[in-house]
Amino acid sequence: MSDKIVTLSDATFDEHVKSSDVPVLVDFWAEWCGPCKMIAPILEEIADEQAGKIQIAKLNVDDSSEVASRFEVRSIPTLILFKDGEPEVRLVGAKPKGQLVQELSAYL
Amino acid sequence: MAERRKVVIIGSGPAGLTAAIYAARAQLEPLVIEGEPSSNSDQPGGQLMLTTDVENYPGFVDGVMGPELMAIMRAQAMRFGAELRTAKVSRLDLSSPSPFPLWVGDPDADEPTVLTDALIVATGARSLMLGCPNEERLLGYGVSTCATCDGFFFREQHIAVAGGGDSALEEALFLTRFATKVTVVHRRDELRASKIMQERAFKNPKIEFLWDSVIVDVLGDTKVSGIRIRHTTSEETFELPVSGLFVAIGHEPNSALLKGQLELQGNGYVRTIGRTTKTSVDGVFACGDVQDDYYRQAVTSAGSGCMAAIDAERWLEERGE
Repeated sequence: MSDKIVTLSDATFDEHVKSSDVPVLVDFWAEWCGPCKMIAPILEEIADEQAGKIQIAKLNVDDSSEVASRFEVRSIPTLILFKDGEPEVRLVGAKPKGQLVQELSAYL
Repeated sequence: MAERRKVVIIGSGPAGLTAAIYAARAQLEPLVIEGEPSSNSDQPGGQLMLTTDVENYPGFVDGVMGPELMAIMRAQAMRFGAELRTAKVSRLDLSSPSPFPLWVGDPDADEPTVLTDALIVATGARSLMLGCPNEERLLGYGVSTCATCDGFFFREQHIAVAGGGDSALEEALFLTRFATKVTVVHRRDELRASKIMQERAFKNPKIEFLWDSVIVDVLGDTKVSGIRIRHTTSEETFELPVSGLFVAIGHEPNSALLKGQLELQGNGYVRTIGRTTKTSVDGVFACGDVQDDYYRQAVTSAGSGCMAAIDAERWLEERGE
């Protein structure tokens, strides 16, 4: 995994998302989710290409179900972009890289 | 200038990747245009990417995870030199004899992206949706076509499954692991699912059936709160409060790209000739679910992918290439 990607959990989520200087894109995923695996390499690329503008974080919904249910995640992959701790963009389902970048373009 | 290829394969499920393994081993240096990530089955790896345990694929005594099986097939195809490109074909033109032009990206570009002598179509099938007003808006917010992806989020809740075939009952049975209650809503008064699946579903105390019932809308503002159902014999309409709706009413082939280009059957599946994978266009072969509305198994898809590669190889040989 890219060293630019952080791993969050129920315990670390709030503090990290609130204290980050840049928007944090949280990838809600699980080991058993095929579409999550499809977008994982895309997120690695975005993490490298957009370093300094956006932080990519992964949150495993099996291990951290509290955060997932707080944000009413009902389908994975779900990507939520947090700015100053507040959810601003929500993308549900696997999407091609071009489309992801476009939907996040206001923050890149 | 357009890139030149002997064989291009569109799609990367079991059919496309098996065709790639065979074509690569036949030194045809195939290019696989595998699709782009999405959650609705028209994607790299195909429909198995939306499953968990695959228990009926030969060679795996203890079963294998769908995404894992596809990762193995992909690696096997690459080992023999198949080139995989994560992209989508936006247009193709089969109106003139081979070589066939394909466009990736801008479909209106003057120059095609690739010119290929033989073409293997393995674009698969996708889940049909109900088509009711709020279904698409709530997709991912309680509406799902993938129980194995999303069932986890419906712990201790009441959910509905639309459909009456094997895949509907498979989803319903899978969902009983999480839900307190699963209501199967079916438009007829009997199931078309296999006997073994029916037996399992009828025996499961968490599953109940609503017969002769059509879902006319999905309710909910930011997430699903219920479904509106019309009973077809009494014409009565009522609401069922559920927090999730899983749609498993069947599949449609991913053949939109091929419309008007080669002969399709009335239901949109590609017509193949006899027991071969040949299509109505000389040099174009079809395999997997895009041409199979009957068996639709991973292993039959893989088998027809092998056939398509052999058909393409012999076709190229006969042309002296």
